[in-house]
Amino acid sequence: MTAAMIDVQNVSRAFDMLRAVDDVSLSVGKGETVGIIGTNGSGKTTLLNLITGYLQPTSGRIVFQGTDITGLGPRRITALGVARSFQIPQLYTGLTVLDNILIAIAAHSGRSADFWMPMYRHDCVTKAYELLAQFGLRDQAAGTVSNLPEGGRKVLDVALSVILEPKVLLMDEPTSGVSARDKFSIMDTLMPAFKERGVTTIFVEHDLEIMERYAERAVAFDDGKIIADGPATDVLARPEVRRAILGEG
Amino acid sequence: MSEPATRTNLPLAAIAVFAVIAVLPLFLSDWIGFLVALALAKGIVVLGVVLLLRGGLISFGHALYFAIGAYTAGFLANRFGIGEALVALPLATIISALVAAALGLLLARFRGIYFAMLSLALSMILYTVLIKFYDFSGGTDGLSVRGFAIAGVTPADPGLAQYYLVLVVTAAVVYVGARFLASPLGYLMQAVRYNEIRIEYLGASASHAILASYIVSGAISGLGGALVAYLVGHVSPELAFWVMSGDFVFVAVLGGTGSVFAPLIGSIAFEFVKNYALKFSPNTWQLTLGVFLLAVIYFQPQGLWALFTRSRAKPR
Repeated sequence: MTAAMIDVQNVSRAFDMLRAVDDVSLSVGKGETVGIIGTNGSGKTTLLNLITGYLQPTSGRIVFQGTDITGLGPRRITALGVARSFQIPQLYTGLTVLDNILIAIAAHSGRSADFWMPMYRHDCVTKAYELLAQFGLRDQAAGTVSNLPEGGRKVLDVALSVILEPKVLLMDEPTSGVSARDKFSIMDTLMPAFKERGVTTIFVEHDLEIMERYAERAVAFDDGKIIADGPATDVLARPEVRRAILGEG
Repeated sequence: MSEPATRTNLPLAAIAVFAVIAVLPLFLSDWIGFLVALALAKGIVVLGVVLLLRGGLISFGHALYFAIGAYTAGFLANRFGIGEALVALPLATIISALVAAALGLLLARFRGIYFAMLSLALSMILYTVLIKFYDFSGGTDGLSVRGFAIAGVTPADPGLAQYYLVLVVTAAVVYVGARFLASPLGYLMQAVRYNEIRIEYLGASASHAILASYIVSGAISGLGGALVAYLVGHVSPELAFWVMSGDFVFVAVLGGTGSVFAPLIGSIAFEFVKNYALKFSPNTWQLTLGVFLLAVIYFQPQGLWALFTRSRAKPR
């Protein structure tokens, strides 16, 4: 049993009468790749928002590497080593791809003595280009983000988080809104990068094919509750999961 | 594929421009020299405004720091008989930075129109204080700034000495401004303009970036104010009036925000257009300035600086 990186303990989140996340407990070990699947409104994104501090739980607590992070904001949680990407990529659309990466490096280095060093110095730019090359965006470095296709934006959104050297990375639907061909290409780009860095990965996905191929462990959500948790192939084969997600039977 | 340059090759051009400005007094009248020096000193204040504009924050209250800097030089000269620029300029910078640090704690919580109006209100408080406390500030009469000296020497030609003082200080501020924009903090300020939420998810604080930028901005604006006090030889409450803050924003729009040189170009253009407009159409000079700004916005929406960067893919 690997040590828990993220430990969600009996967490609930209610919006008025609606319990978006209902008494959920989930423990994710170091280096695991966990896929969260469920229908729209089942509580997947709310769980990500709770872990990353965008929302606060109504009850329960969230522990990261033994530290209680319940109640902390996104900045503090990110600084601890929990980064995320978004369903709608959160980028600096008027700036170049390279500048976006440099901003992420700036945010990361802002906690060190480098606060006055120019960002155009060799090591920063080299680091940015190495990351862009790994994520297949090197040729788009000088172009503005607004000219990137949706798939490129999704990848860049993740790249901004990866530059922070996170211990845990949460991705919210990294392949939504991209073509069937590109979704595998995106995941084939992202997942090896995480493995190489030993990043614990939690991603939310609708797509069963993506889940089967890339998640080691699957967690199925329905109506704010976890209805199945285990090896991806097992979970995705369960009748109650297929019924809830695909409407089968 | 070679890596595109992320640094503009401006140092040589900057040295050339400052060299040209340095020899201007040899060829031009004192009046033109005064106008150029005044424009550069005010350009420093506009650079302070531009540092915030890069983060999408419009300050309609930078006359506050301009006046603090000017009155620091004024008080030292008028009340304490200290006309030493090497005392007044650092002191004006430090006091302005301290005031900016205190007020920035409040202002960094606001964005958009709220930031603009609150900054304006704060500058108007200083304006009122300067008017009402006559014994302290000289009221609407202001204070004369006499006894200018530099490094203990009273120059034979104070105007010329002040010209070169302004030139050296401007060059230093431009360097600091350029380093600031290229620093992690400068990049974060740029990020504030586009997407504040993402900054938090990068582990940084937008409010901290704004506060730090505001302090730098206030400090250099105070420095510009002290220089103007020496150039004009007089300080008055109008320096803190909202119209003065409006002028700084006007010049920032005129010059553009694409470079640390943009405020200087905008300021020089502004001072010359304003003075010639006053000379040739004394009753309608504001109209002339307004038409000039409209023309720049229409034909050069990125400001006059864009004239020098047409071939660049992206100004910096």
